[in-house]
Amino acid sequence: MRDAFVRTITELAVQDPRIILLTGDLGFMALEPFAESFPERFFNVGVAEQNMVGIATGLAEAGFIPFIYSINPFAVLRPYEFIRNGPIYHQLPVRIVGMGGGLEYSHQGITHYGLEDIGMMRIQPGLITIAPADAAQASTAIRATLNLPGPVFYRLGKNDKIVVPGLEGRFELGRLQVIHEGHDLLFISMGAIASEVAAASALLYEQGITCTSAVVASMNPPPVDDLVHLLKRFHIVITVEAHYITGGIGSLVSEVIAEHGLACRVIRCGIRKKPSGITGSQLYLQDLHGLSAKALAETGLHSLREGDHR
Amino acid sequence: MLPRKIRQIILEQSKRANVGHIGSALSIADIVVALYTGVLRINRFDDPERDRFILSKGHAVLALYAVLYLKGWITETELNTYCSDNSLLGLHPDHALQGIDFSTGSLGMGLSVGVGAALAARMQRSVRRVFVLISDAECNEGSTWEAIMFAAHHRLANLVAIVDLNGQQALGYTDKVLSLTPMAERWRAFNWDVHEIDGHDVEAITRAVACLDNIAGGPHVLIARTTFGKGVSYMENQIKWHYLAMTEAEYQQALKEIEGEV
Repeated sequence: MRDAFVRTITELAVQDPRIILLTGDLGFMALEPFAESFPERFFNVGVAEQNMVGIATGLAEAGFIPFIYSINPFAVLRPYEFIRNGPIYHQLPVRIVGMGGGLEYSHQGITHYGLEDIGMMRIQPGLITIAPADAAQASTAIRATLNLPGPVFYRLGKNDKIVVPGLEGRFELGRLQVIHEGHDLLFISMGAIASEVAAASALLYEQGITCTSAVVASMNPPPVDDLVHLLKRFHIVITVEAHYITGGIGSLVSEVIAEHGLACRVIRCGIRKKPSGITGSQLYLQDLHGLSAKALAETGLHSLREGDHR
Repeated sequence: MLPRKIRQIILEQSKRANVGHIGSALSIADIVVALYTGVLRINRFDDPERDRFILSKGHAVLALYAVLYLKGWITETELNTYCSDNSLLGLHPDHALQGIDFSTGSLGMGLSVGVGAALAARMQRSVRRVFVLISDAECNEGSTWEAIMFAAHHRLANLVAIVDLNGQQALGYTDKVLSLTPMAERWRAFNWDVHEIDGHDVEAITRAVACLDNIAGGPHVLIARTTFGKGVSYMENQIKWHYLAMTEAEYQQALKEIEGEV
């Protein structure tokens, strides 16, 4: 989604002089198309994320739309209070881009993982929080939210090649997207891990199990009506996210079920404990946390077997 | 608009509301008078081309409320809601109140926002300027120095920081808590245009700003030497007046001392 992000804002910036890109000294081999097209609207602020948010606040008050870019935890956690007291409290159109949700920075270790960003961002009233599933959806989401008067947070995956089948670049604020229809199981996922869910769904299909699969990119505002509609049809839902199991899609779905008194059991797939010092590839780590297609398919099978015994 | 009047309002409102932060507000009374009488170019408080002012040391906001009242931007009725229920006039400034450009209260953020505002003005080829009043203890915050570096690197000549150098912070004297000495040299080392002034001399403050090159000069800082609690003898340089509210006897004495001030 990184290239899609840069390509999208570079295209938009041709027509829209309000768009500015700020980076906290990250984005090598990524941000150049914008930086070279609009050198007067590109600022590397240095390794200073708090200041980046403060500057963006001042720019936005004067009518600009500053996009601020860093690796997920550096964009969210380090300047969190600045984000809260600046763009959110003042309701200014700052666009916060957290690159690489979940375990995408693999060998870089826990300092680079985005494990709690959605939980922290979506609890803030007035902060639109979006976790696209693939590059095409990211591009649609960025365009759809460009003119919103308040701030937006985008959790973007690094990989531009992943395409979530059935999504076809759809995005609508406050809505979810159903990417596959089936009868036996319901998967609801958030972010780039959707591609693993699609693969898990295919594995289950080989065993005669059909799944409905939905993607929630609009985490705030949440697609409450869509979720209620979908959850009413199933007794078990499996939520999937490359995020701590608290605060993200598993929590959101649980909130909706509880508040609407729905009879649906939630199985939350996500990161349940603090990562140890063990690093590895993204796929290795996702498997370790039960988020690979194979592990998700097994969770699906297990949930059906459990359901039979009830 | 006289500093004496600002101080009187600070005392009256603090007493009525029975709240503290009195010493901090007294410390900046002359600076805000200088800004709002001879420095800031503000035709209307909602004019996009107005100069911006950020009170980064938001806990001293009562001095600013007094100014907004004397400018006629808030009514006496509004002023008298200070720290009451359902009031926009809290202990820290809120941008929902007309005349307040940015909400503050968390130290260390104002200068960053001011840097962005100054950068925006430059990009829009506007002559508007940005003034940020920070406390000396705010220079404890690393984020303040991030903003200082960026402003100097980009030569933001339309940015003026004013440091209220009263030598005090919440729990002690700045030299005892976390030394900031030598303040002026630190800013100079970061490539700012540094001016040391008497922060209680309205004319000197106004003159200092008038001499700044807001086109080609670097970012500017006025290191304003001030006395915490200025004008009330028993508050001056006393740590406890960061927090305490006045008794009736203390209030009467303070008023008398302020009224005696020329």
